[in-house]
Amino acid sequence: MKPAVAIIGGGIAGMEAARQLLLLGYTPIMIEKSDHLGGHVGEWHCLFPDMSPAADLVENLKNGIKGATVFLETGIAFINRIRDTYNVMLDNGISIPCQAVLFATGYELFDAAKKEEYGYGIYNHVVTNRDLELWFGGREDARFPAKPSTIGFVHCVGSRDIKAGNMQCSKVCCMTAIKQAIEMKEKFPKAEIYCFYMDLRLFGKKYEDFYIKAQRDHGIHFIRGRVSEVGENYDGTLQIKAEDTLNGKPLKLNLDLLVLMAGMVCGKDNAKLTAGLRMGLDTDGFLRSRDNIYGVTDSNRRGVFFAGACTGTKTIPETISEARAAVLGIHNYLMK
Amino acid sequence: MDFGFVLNPSSTVDLGKVDTTLYDRLARRCPDVKTCMACGSCSATCSAAQYSGMSVRKVLLGLQRGNDVSAMLSNCMLCGKCTMVCPRGINTRNLILTLCRIHDGEGSK
Repeated sequence: MKPAVAIIGGGIAGMEAARQLLLLGYTPIMIEKSDHLGGHVGEWHCLFPDMSPAADLVENLKNGIKGATVFLETGIAFINRIRDTYNVMLDNGISIPCQAVLFATGYELFDAAKKEEYGYGIYNHVVTNRDLELWFGGREDARFPAKPSTIGFVHCVGSRDIKAGNMQCSKVCCMTAIKQAIEMKEKFPKAEIYCFYMDLRLFGKKYEDFYIKAQRDHGIHFIRGRVSEVGENYDGTLQIKAEDTLNGKPLKLNLDLLVLMAGMVCGKDNAKLTAGLRMGLDTDGFLRSRDNIYGVTDSNRRGVFFAGACTGTKTIPETISEARAAVLGIHNYLMK
Repeated sequence: MDFGFVLNPSSTVDLGKVDTTLYDRLARRCPDVKTCMACGSCSATCSAAQYSGMSVRKVLLGLQRGNDVSAMLSNCMLCGKCTMVCPRGINTRNLILTLCRIHDGEGSK
């Protein structure tokens, strides 16, 4: 019997890890809480920097894990260690004995309704980055006006925000906002589009190209100031308030549509999932790596590994790389 | 002698020579002022800002750059809205109050 590896989470990290484990001849057993594979990426329409369809990535990954055992709509009751092996007890009563465990549990998207001052769920024309991607993908959504003439994007919603309990920078939202702003401009060429940012963090490959393209080719306006509150006008449009910090004056603006860039936050089940292994969480609530430089995909327990956004905010290429790194770690561990 | 032109004083801030005594005193009593990232939420939501030019962000920056901020302080109504929106959780209302007290001489005691 080939050694079995339990993979918790059926997003891109879990699927890439399962694919690599199959190639190495191991037996991956994937446990996914929702009714489908693909995680958050499966809800996205196009991916930066090459505007490739997210569905293609998910489809390729799915094709790569044919032969793996997958439990859908299944949660974890507990995980415990029995001598040199692990026992993953599922909430359907099935027990999975395995030689290694890989956490690929990812992140949760911040619930934008918690920032009540932005009016998500209160005003009709306030949506999130996720809503926008689903709408790009063809989902009907009455909150989107037929022909918006002004559209605003608010960066850092629920991230870099001590009141929301999330100190971390969500990292990909700056780039996502610019990508989505360009896509909206292409759909509505006459619309004026405004991005409200605190700092623009465009660190990745070709990200800065997008920024220049947004400025030069699409005339997207960048205002340095965090939106403090949103109100609804009599006619149903929105009015936002921010300080234009570079001009040093308060600013207000009427909008037909407001997009909130909800950030990545740590999984709410992290503490419960790791309780039986007594691994502890990192100070930001994400799973705690053995070392945040040299051992990101290792836990402080032998035979337990991490991949992707369960240990912190990650881009898709970082997540894929970590899935492969974690599989190499598992392979080295099982060869001993 | 009139040469027909005047020299304007330099507007350059000589950062090494700025007197930050007031800021340092404030930071000792309200250490969270050091965490401001200048997002402007406080100024955007300030009920006095649009008529008086009040801006907590500008007060904090001004104190670190040698600007006179006392006129701005007198416009604050201490309503506390800025405290509600600060993403860094700075108690901005208390900050202004403390600064007013320092200005009134209490802080030197």
